[in-house]
Amino acid sequence: MSTSSVSKGCFVFKPSSKKRRISSSTADYFSEGKNDSEDSGLRFATCQLLWKQINSETEKIQEELNKQLFDNLISFLRQSYSEFQTKKTEWMCRMKSSEIPTAALVLGVNVTDHDVTFKSLSEVLQDNVTPYVVSLQAKECPGIKHLLQKLMGQLMDCCVDVDSFEEEECVNISQKKIRCSMASLSKWYESVTKKTGSETPSKKITSSSRHWQSPPIVVIFKDMESFTTKVLQDFIVISSQHIHEFPLVLIFGIATSPMIIHRLLPHSVSSLLCIELFQSLSCKEHLATVIDKLLLTTQFPFKLSEKVLQVLINIFLYHDFSVQNFIKGFQLSVVEHFYSQPLSVLCCQLLEAKKRVNSLSHNQCENIRSLPSFRRYVESQVSEKQIALLTEDSFLKEVTQTLLEDLHIYHENYFTVLRCLHVFTTSLPKYPLGKQIRELHCACLGKSVWETEEYGSTVQLLRMLAKDELVAILQKCVEIFISSSGKQFSNTVEKLEEFLARFQNLEIAETNEVQDVSVLSQKELQKKTDLYHLQKTLLELKESKRSKKLTKFEMLRFEVVDFIDSLVRSYLAPAEMQTLNEVVYFNTANTLREHLNAAPRIALHTALNNPYCYLKNQTLKSDVGCISNTAPDICIVYKLHLECGRLINLVDWLEAFSTVVTAVEGTDPDSVATDQVDEIIHARFIRAVSELELLGFIKPSKQKTDHVARLTWGGC
Amino acid sequence: MSQLELKRNQVLEARFVADEDVLKHISDNGGVKVRKDRAQLALNVKRFVKKLENISDDDDEAQEIMEEQNYVAVLGACAEASELAQTPGRNVTFDSSEYPEKPACTPQSSKKYSASNKPQLKSKKNEFVSTTPYRLRKRLTAPSLRSDSESDYSASCSEEEEEDKDHKETCDVILGQKTPSKTRAAPPSKKTPAKKLKEEMTSNLVEEYFEAHSSSKVLTSDRTLQKLQKRKLDQQTLLVLLNKAPPAFTAELKELNQQHESLFSKWMLQLHLGFSIVLYGLGSKRDLLEKFRTSLLRDSVHLVVNGFFPSITVRSILNSITEEVLDHVGTFRSPMDQLDLIMKRFKEDSSLELYLLIHNLDSKMLRGDKSQQILAQLASLPNIHLIASIDHINAPLMWDQAKQSLYNWLWYETTTFSPYLEETSYENSLLVQQSGSLALSSLTHVLHSLTPNARGIFRLLAQYHLENKDNPSYPGLSFQDFYQRCREAFLVNSDLTLRAQLTEFRDHKLIRTKRGTDGVEYLLIPVDNGTLTDFLEKEDEDM
Repeated sequence: MSTSSVSKGCFVFKPSSKKRRISSSTADYFSEGKNDSEDSGLRFATCQLLWKQINSETEKIQEELNKQLFDNLISFLRQSYSEFQTKKTEWMCRMKSSEIPTAALVLGVNVTDHDVTFKSLSEVLQDNVTPYVVSLQAKECPGIKHLLQKLMGQLMDCCVDVDSFEEEECVNISQKKIRCSMASLSKWYESVTKKTGSETPSKKITSSSRHWQSPPIVVIFKDMESFTTKVLQDFIVISSQHIHEFPLVLIFGIATSPMIIHRLLPHSVSSLLCIELFQSLSCKEHLATVIDKLLLTTQFPFKLSEKVLQVLINIFLYHDFSVQNFIKGFQLSVVEHFYSQPLSVLCCQLLEAKKRVNSLSHNQCENIRSLPSFRRYVESQVSEKQIALLTEDSFLKEVTQTLLEDLHIYHENYFTVLRCLHVFTTSLPKYPLGKQIRELHCACLGKSVWETEEYGSTVQLLRMLAKDELVAILQKCVEIFISSSGKQFSNTVEKLEEFLARFQNLEIAETNEVQDVSVLSQKELQKKTDLYHLQKTLLELKESKRSKKLTKFEMLRFEVVDFIDSLVRSYLAPAEMQTLNEVVYFNTANTLREHLNAAPRIALHTALNNPYCYLKNQTLKSDVGCISNTAPDICIVYKLHLECGRLINLVDWLEAFSTVVTAVEGTDPDSVATDQVDEIIHARFIRAVSELELLGFIKPSKQKTDHVARLTWGGC
Repeated sequence: MSQLELKRNQVLEARFVADEDVLKHISDNGGVKVRKDRAQLALNVKRFVKKLENISDDDDEAQEIMEEQNYVAVLGACAEASELAQTPGRNVTFDSSEYPEKPACTPQSSKKYSASNKPQLKSKKNEFVSTTPYRLRKRLTAPSLRSDSESDYSASCSEEEEEDKDHKETCDVILGQKTPSKTRAAPPSKKTPAKKLKEEMTSNLVEEYFEAHSSSKVLTSDRTLQKLQKRKLDQQTLLVLLNKAPPAFTAELKELNQQHESLFSKWMLQLHLGFSIVLYGLGSKRDLLEKFRTSLLRDSVHLVVNGFFPSITVRSILNSITEEVLDHVGTFRSPMDQLDLIMKRFKEDSSLELYLLIHNLDSKMLRGDKSQQILAQLASLPNIHLIASIDHINAPLMWDQAKQSLYNWLWYETTTFSPYLEETSYENSLLVQQSGSLALSSLTHVLHSLTPNARGIFRLLAQYHLENKDNPSYPGLSFQDFYQRCREAFLVNSDLTLRAQLTEFRDHKLIRTKRGTDGVEYLLIPVDNGTLTDFLEKEDEDM
């Protein structure tokens, strides 16, 4: 069946039900279309498992981060609700109850992450506070009528969940019949609460254990800024009239600043609200936690190389601030890694990986041999071993196991030392190696960090640290080393503790020393002498000061810094230097950038300007900025249009085009110069022009007959 | 003279020269150029002149050229004038209000500025040439022209020099940057350093933009396709003609396509993992997607949407899903309700799977915010897999962060270079005659079925319409005036007959009525003037 028609634009294809069942699963696509399909089934399973773990970890992180915020919100709800309870009976309630308790939730500009937050928020509220949680989006509520409809609809659904199934039908009927108004809402609320009140005591206990008596209705405005002010104002005014009939709490999701409430709502309306402000965690902190928990840990065998991480972080910082997108990019790199690297089958927990090494096929062994890092390793071995590595699969597997273990140990050490170094660098002025641990991580991953200029200045700055700072940092380092799982750091801990002890001892010794020096110099100066001698002694004094023996503290400080430096040099070697790093590191940053942060305009521009990039034909080869006149029609037409102003005369354009095209074909120029432009060329021109129109470079213009307007300026 | 030469060198050479090269040459030769200016300008003129037939080498002929291209002349003269006046940042665009008086004024001004010697005059002309939109392409160098150049430079380099020279001038005029006047007594030492020029280039890009947009009038040639005796082609003949055109680069195109096709299973994998795929790059991606569909989606439910179809709506997409995929009977109050139902059904039944292929997601009908929102929400469902293509350069602007995260795009560059045949076939294209021919034939058909009197009435209105075609504030013919005219022509005898006639016209969409600010009814013919003229001519022939 064809998919082009002049009468319709949608074509549904439904294969017969028998056929449909056989459709292949995701795993098949994973192995298909790859020449290199070693262990693809296992690879796919590993990939899926790994991703599942990572995903649940990210969710856990999200939950933990939101916990504080949600706790605050719940206590706010509790408080406002209790006010409602107590005031209900009082006369005062009549006076003040038109104020609606409102929580303004400042969430930050990363709008895409908000959905997850709101989803978990409403879940938490439904679990702990009230079944009646309604979330509204600006898109769904263009008018107050729609808003109320949505509100009622969601509330009715809520109550179905809580109530027994018998009522479902009647609720469904009533939902359609009830005119959506506040009055009917309050009536509904009354009936619902009465029902729960009159239920059997046993049932009541179960429900009240989760929810409170006569629970409040919580309305969440997900994107407060995008609501029309009229709708918001109307809703607030109307519901404030009914606030004494049922407890209502509003939650505003705010992306910009809390000031927006006052900008959207006039004083008369905002005075009906009793607003309390809640600030969520900033997305940067969120990202830091995610990186800390996902990347800077040995929990997951999969690692990102420096460039890939940089791409992801750049997308985050310069494009969207969205942690969700960061995680999406992470997911893509996991999939890409397992899809493209046959040896990724070994990218799993160490024990499992060792087992898998034994069952590697000969092809896979060859794959290992062709890894650049492994080749480097082979070259560094003695010749007999080299031969054995390259010829005997069993020996290779043995070595591979030890190498994998080395890699694992390297990671364990790496992350501990990295954190330790981070403690040092964050205390420095101007942060030469970056403020965030991710920056430090990138610096260490890419190249030998101790060779960089920044590291040099870091060490210099460290040598100037004050004593109490240094002590505090050392103590933190000790904590980090102790908490790390690696056993090889027991020596390091001892050493650090020794340093700490020596700092303690210094305090006493130091005071005496300082006095000595000063007394000595004082004495010398007090002697009676002539000008020449005075000058001489002063010079000597200066000299001696410069070459003066360092104080004990300074020496100790040097020692500490040198020790840290040695730690860095031995443990923070770049990952690329590690043998078999290709197994666990994903490093094709280009694919990631192409797929996540593509530049369609540039692609279009390159194709039009320099078709040789895509069509490898010698006739198209030309210098930068030039274009061969054998290029595809659209390229020529595009190039010609670049030279025009805002309006383009089609006739002139056509003539120029035909000149260029005929010049190539070597036809008689006399016939071209006249008006008899070849019909075929005319047709080709028409096609090229309408293609440019489709691409959005030109549009028809009515300013002048046979003219088109140019829509772009300056190249693209 | 030049004609003879042309005969000798029939194969011309057209070359594109990179801007960078031009700049380099300008800066290299800026100093010396002024001196050899005249000789080369003479050359350039010859090159230009040879395009037009029956041209000999005297001033009268040159005058003719100027008349033909008077707009260019205006531009050139003015450019020179401003050059003389040394006004910084001279403007390239001029009000066309100056237009009519130009043919008279140009020769005068040129006489005034230049001595009567030929090269000077020609140099001016050369500048005119350089300002035409197609000037660069017209730089056809016939190698033997070199021989009669008075240039004292070696033959091997002079050709290049000419080109560069020409370029320099065009650059000057386009960029409007203030360079020392070349044709007049500019000191040779006043040459622009390369660096400075480069800087000016970038800043000029900005200036260029504002210059082009500063005045509402843009100066282009007045030529029209009608004068060119070019019939508008209809879709059918266009296709036939295009089939005749020789295909180019078939091997390379095939290779490109094969590269893309090797990605098919990867796409499937990623679709299944919850991503959506968007294809971008030059060339129609329809064939590629079709191939993807026929090779991999044969056994699964899928929906193909032709976004370029002119009357496609989100509603029709949703309808296809509910009616044909979900077999749902019933109507919906709003697309939102429909979307809710779809989302509910797909969430409930995880075995339900749908592949959604959208060609041209950025088409005019689908690029609206609401449509995109709905499509994005569809795409966010885990068991709806979306693969789409975009072509417009600004297509990514359709999506804000929220939509993008709903779509969960993975971008794939698939430059195919294949022509957008299907995509542009619906489009009411600039040069393809569609509505116009229909209107004309329908006009004649309708009017042939009417009485002679009725035809006369319409003729009257059409003539009045054409008389006023140059009047931008022409409101239409008021009913009372029209009645008066019809009475005078003995076409109607009462107000009522005319009204009855007009009703008939209106039913056939031949006229439109509009109520003016004063409450008077005005009559308009909603057909473009060209068609109307054609129609009247045809009517005259028939009579």
